[in-house]
Amino acid sequence: MFKHFITLQWKSFWRSATASSGLWMKIFMGFWAVYFIGMMILGAVGAYFGIKEKLCLDPLTVVNKFLVYWWVFDLVFRYALQKMPVINIKPLLILPFKKSKTVSFALGKTVLSFFNVIHGFFFVPFSILLIVKGDASWIQVLFWNIGLIGLIYANNFLNILVNNKDNLIYLIGGTLAILGGLHYFGYFDITTYTAPFFQGLYNTVYIWMLPVLVSVVLYVIAYKSFLKDLYLDAGLASKSKNIKTENLDWLNRFGKTATFLKNDIKLIKRNKRARSTVILSIVFLFYGLLFFTGAIEAYEGPVWRIFAGIFVSGGFLLSFGQFVPSWDSSYYPLMMTQNIRYKEYLSSKWWLMVIATFISTILASAYLYFGWETYMAILVGAIFNMGVNSHIVLWAGAYVKTPIDLTSNKKAFGDKQAFNIKTLMLSLPKLALPMILYAIGHYAYSPYAGYALVCIAGMAGFAFRNMVFNKIERIYKTEKYKTIWAYKQKK
Amino acid sequence: MIEVQNITKTYSGNTVLNIEHLVIPKGDSFGLVGNNGAGKTTLFSALLDLIKPTTGHIENNGIDVNRNEKWKTITSAFIDETFLIGYLTAEEYFYFIGELRGLNKADVDDTISKFEDFFHGEILGQKKYLRDLSKGNQKKAGIIAALIGNPEVVILDEPFANLDPTTQIRLKKIIKELAADPEITVLVSSHDLMHVTEVCDRIVVLDKGEIIKDLATSEETLKELETHFNK
Repeated sequence: MFKHFITLQWKSFWRSATASSGLWMKIFMGFWAVYFIGMMILGAVGAYFGIKEKLCLDPLTVVNKFLVYWWVFDLVFRYALQKMPVINIKPLLILPFKKSKTVSFALGKTVLSFFNVIHGFFFVPFSILLIVKGDASWIQVLFWNIGLIGLIYANNFLNILVNNKDNLIYLIGGTLAILGGLHYFGYFDITTYTAPFFQGLYNTVYIWMLPVLVSVVLYVIAYKSFLKDLYLDAGLASKSKNIKTENLDWLNRFGKTATFLKNDIKLIKRNKRARSTVILSIVFLFYGLLFFTGAIEAYEGPVWRIFAGIFVSGGFLLSFGQFVPSWDSSYYPLMMTQNIRYKEYLSSKWWLMVIATFISTILASAYLYFGWETYMAILVGAIFNMGVNSHIVLWAGAYVKTPIDLTSNKKAFGDKQAFNIKTLMLSLPKLALPMILYAIGHYAYSPYAGYALVCIAGMAGFAFRNMVFNKIERIYKTEKYKTIWAYKQKK
Repeated sequence: MIEVQNITKTYSGNTVLNIEHLVIPKGDSFGLVGNNGAGKTTLFSALLDLIKPTTGHIENNGIDVNRNEKWKTITSAFIDETFLIGYLTAEEYFYFIGELRGLNKADVDDTISKFEDFFHGEILGQKKYLRDLSKGNQKKAGIIAALIGNPEVVILDEPFANLDPTTQIRLKKIIKELAADPEITVLVSSHDLMHVTEVCDRIVVLDKGEIIKDLATSEETLKELETHFNK
């Protein structure tokens, strides 16, 4: 029985339109996998020696202290990214499979998920170091690990259970952020209450049973609820909410562009996948803290300020823009047969990005706290984003041919075809160019000269707008048939 | 007037469309029938410049669709669900299409009010996005959207499929009215021989990409078609 499921999975993976795409993609994905694994292992080694030799503390105690954050963060991370264990269930319902088998296969599949395995690359080397370098008893380390595995799988099944309950996850994420904040500012330290538990996993011979038990119970609950929902009108049904027709007439002042602008705003409001770009741009707003607070040494070079400036003001531009026109992939043939001038379509996307960049820049004024110079970097980054990067992303978009499934947000980082060589090459200047310009000005004359250079480049971009749009329009036209064809290929 | 000249479409050595010459005069109601894979949708897609023919070209109102985009102002189509914007309500979708064709809200309201019995109370004011409507209701919305803005050429691919009997009858009435207008050219494809003979003055049978019959509709047409497909 399971053999059938496995062959089905195998075929669905290798025959999907995306998997069969180029060698470059595989190399690229492979590179990232190796990179992540490498970082985890390095992190384990670094954590062990860093804590022991620099801080002169016991590595295990310190790690145990922070494990509670790790655990909650893992849950939030999974919620955002881990795909639900959906095998193509509908055609199987009436075949002579036992439903229980289908469910246990679907759940069992998640056990091998990347999100579970990745933790091993941290904890295994860390545990080995504990035993070899720190004279920890291997049996206790083993119990500790079993307990952690229990927690990981508890998250795994919990995530399946709470999937699609957005409020709950915001609550958990919010609590994490608040507790983290209270901890950081020294008001309340949650870890004093949780560390003993994690320490207990190591110190006692029985506490590890608790997380294991919890994960087993969660598995059973998930199993039961899946089994119960295996009907077309229950778990397999797509949900629909009552909604209202919206006018957005106030946008009409943008003329012909407004038609598309109104549509794009609805696109972002009503589709999970598009909404996540807005969330990402908010995250990027905070990204600058890493640079300007000097939290990470490597980022302290002056040139990195511009890098941060580009990201802080351009989070939306970079995350939304890179998928133009794929956002409209599900109705691209409609667009191509309407009486539309491509320039109007493009300029609506351009306005959207410029407006979003503008808003981000206003919000980023909180960085004034770190001084004028810091905010200047963001301002200059914003000008460069509006003037130059907005055009580059649209240009690069002409080569993006990945259809986007608007209703799902699980693939935000998994759109493989989005990375082809052309887009990769085109995305380089988005970051490298302003950094180089700034470096020239900064080292040749002064920081202000650097800002001025980047700023001038941004202004120049505005001046060339029409020319660039014409060029992009031509590319879109020559790529039209290929794009229509590619958008027809569903995953 | 639509003129197809020496058009072929080949996918890796496999010819799916091969039409030497086909003229559809203005005001015609043109029906396209054929089995699966006969090339009906391919022909319509080429007409809408959604695929590029391997050889030949198509002129719509004297404009080569591959070279110039002016045909878009007079042409509208509903081919499949890729012509719907799933996250809009039906009203928003109609207004969007209307705006693209230079109509204001009142004009659009005016047009769609004529089709209220066709909608059968299932399209307007539904508090649902198009993607959450049933296949049949999606189709209703798509077909009516193709009629917004007084197009001169209306292309409908399989408009009868997925519709309930009542709606099929109402759709036939709508298409007949369009066909009666000498300014409007209607192109319809269908698997249903009865429907298509009822609404079209001229029927073309495609088989493996080639035209094998070109009939002016008469009393005997349905019989002739049935015999042909019963081979």
